[in-house]
Amino acid sequence: MRRRGRGASSAAYGLVVLALAACGTTPAPAGDHVTVLAAASLTEAFEQLATDFEATHPGTSVEVSFGSSATLVQQVNQGAPAEVIALAGESAAKPLDRAAVKASTTFATNVLEIAVPPDNPAGVASIDDLDRPGLKVVLCAPSVPCGQAADATFASAGVSPSVVSREVDVKATLSKVRLGEADAAVVYHSDVVAAGDVVRGVAIPAAVNTTLRYPIITLSDDPTARSFVEFVVSDRGAATLRSLGFGTP
Amino acid sequence: MRYAAGLRSRLTLGIPAGLALLLLVVPLVALLTRADWARVPADLATPTVLPALRLSLLTTSTTAVLCLLLGTPLAWFLARSDHAATRWVRALLTVPLVLPPVVGGVALLMAWGRLGLIGQHLSPFGVQITFTTVAVVLAETFVAMPFYVLAVEGAMRGLDPRLESVARTLGASDLRYLRTVALPLVLPGVASGLALAWARALGEFGATLTFAGSYPGRTQTAPLAVYALLEQDPAVAISVSIVLLVVSVLVLALLRGRWLR
Repeated sequence: MRRRGRGASSAAYGLVVLALAACGTTPAPAGDHVTVLAAASLTEAFEQLATDFEATHPGTSVEVSFGSSATLVQQVNQGAPAEVIALAGESAAKPLDRAAVKASTTFATNVLEIAVPPDNPAGVASIDDLDRPGLKVVLCAPSVPCGQAADATFASAGVSPSVVSREVDVKATLSKVRLGEADAAVVYHSDVVAAGDVVRGVAIPAAVNTTLRYPIITLSDDPTARSFVEFVVSDRGAATLRSLGFGTP
Repeated sequence: MRYAAGLRSRLTLGIPAGLALLLLVVPLVALLTRADWARVPADLATPTVLPALRLSLLTTSTTAVLCLLLGTPLAWFLARSDHAATRWVRALLTVPLVLPPVVGGVALLMAWGRLGLIGQHLSPFGVQITFTTVAVVLAETFVAMPFYVLAVEGAMRGLDPRLESVARTLGASDLRYLRTVALPLVLPGVASGLALAWARALGEFGATLTFAGSYPGRTQTAPLAVYALLEQDPAVAISVSIVLLVVSVLVLALLRGRWLR
């Protein structure tokens, strides 16, 4: 027993050394480099926007980190070195430390949609089907925007869904349908578009649906950060967002 | 001169040693100082926390029982064999020990998921493991069982082989020898193995989140609740963290005081 214990602790020692080595990267100095935090639902859009920005602004580099809006706001409040943050919905920005905000503008809108596997084994045809007993419905956690929007939508539709899990962010929620584990997930329209053929979308009527207005917030006076935000709200940026299922203001 | 050399070598070793200690101790101290002890009892009674603690207690105890019932015979076979295959099995057992838990979760999905190796044969009967408390127990057993088996195997290897010969001459079967002779003698090993496995199961996060999802009362164990609460109500998350820390320290104290010294 003791021998084993020591083996495990030396393995742990190795892991810590590795972890420290991996964490040793320092953020590149501001200037030509922009660090962007973006909501999980913006994954495909901001990967595309960052590539396009780097192509049209030679010498710049954009680093985007994705997560649930709630997590990202917390990271900024704890002093994460980011110049720009893009969030899923205005209410997600409320806990953000006001002192850190230099400018804020709405750049995209999104609505909820039901994602089902391509063969739709449970035969989900509308939001009213989601309260069927035995159905496996996955939603976002109540602390993140897509979870709050889903709760609001179900409340106005008068539907109590058979929820089996509340996931940390919208991409984790969608993945349960992609893996075939869940019969349906409530995600954003843009996620269904981005996922392509691997899921099918079932629209939620506008009367009960929740529209989220995505703010992009500048956290620094850095000119490259400003020009990245200008690029996102430009006609070209808006076209990219629309092609990935977002609305633009 | 000699004094200076002694001092230098003491510093050369002492500074990294001190840093190592700081790296380990500072986060724990920080957690303890941030805790508002007065509000801990009230926080534990909140609607998110209580079901999570209850679920953690239920699933970790079930995991411990599974380790005892299934892991003990496995440890027994490993301890008494020196076959090459045994060494492979032992090596295989250590994989879940070092595997990133989230990878364990993906592996569990591939096995027990609706489209998984085993799961696809369960779906026709209307059985789905994912998103159930059973999935939580499977995830916890996956990460905890190796601790138990290796601990008990080590203890069993320490037994005097003559005991088994004597038991055999007296006509005892394997099962009888295990029950009446071996197990009582390795009880300390079994107990420490159980405590380790239980503590590992209590801390399970990645595999549970990936494989079982997170739903209050059903699959949201205490660590998952801490993660969810950190975004909603960090103060409550800290209270639950404190409880988990205290429980872990208690298990450690129990191990050190009772069985490991």
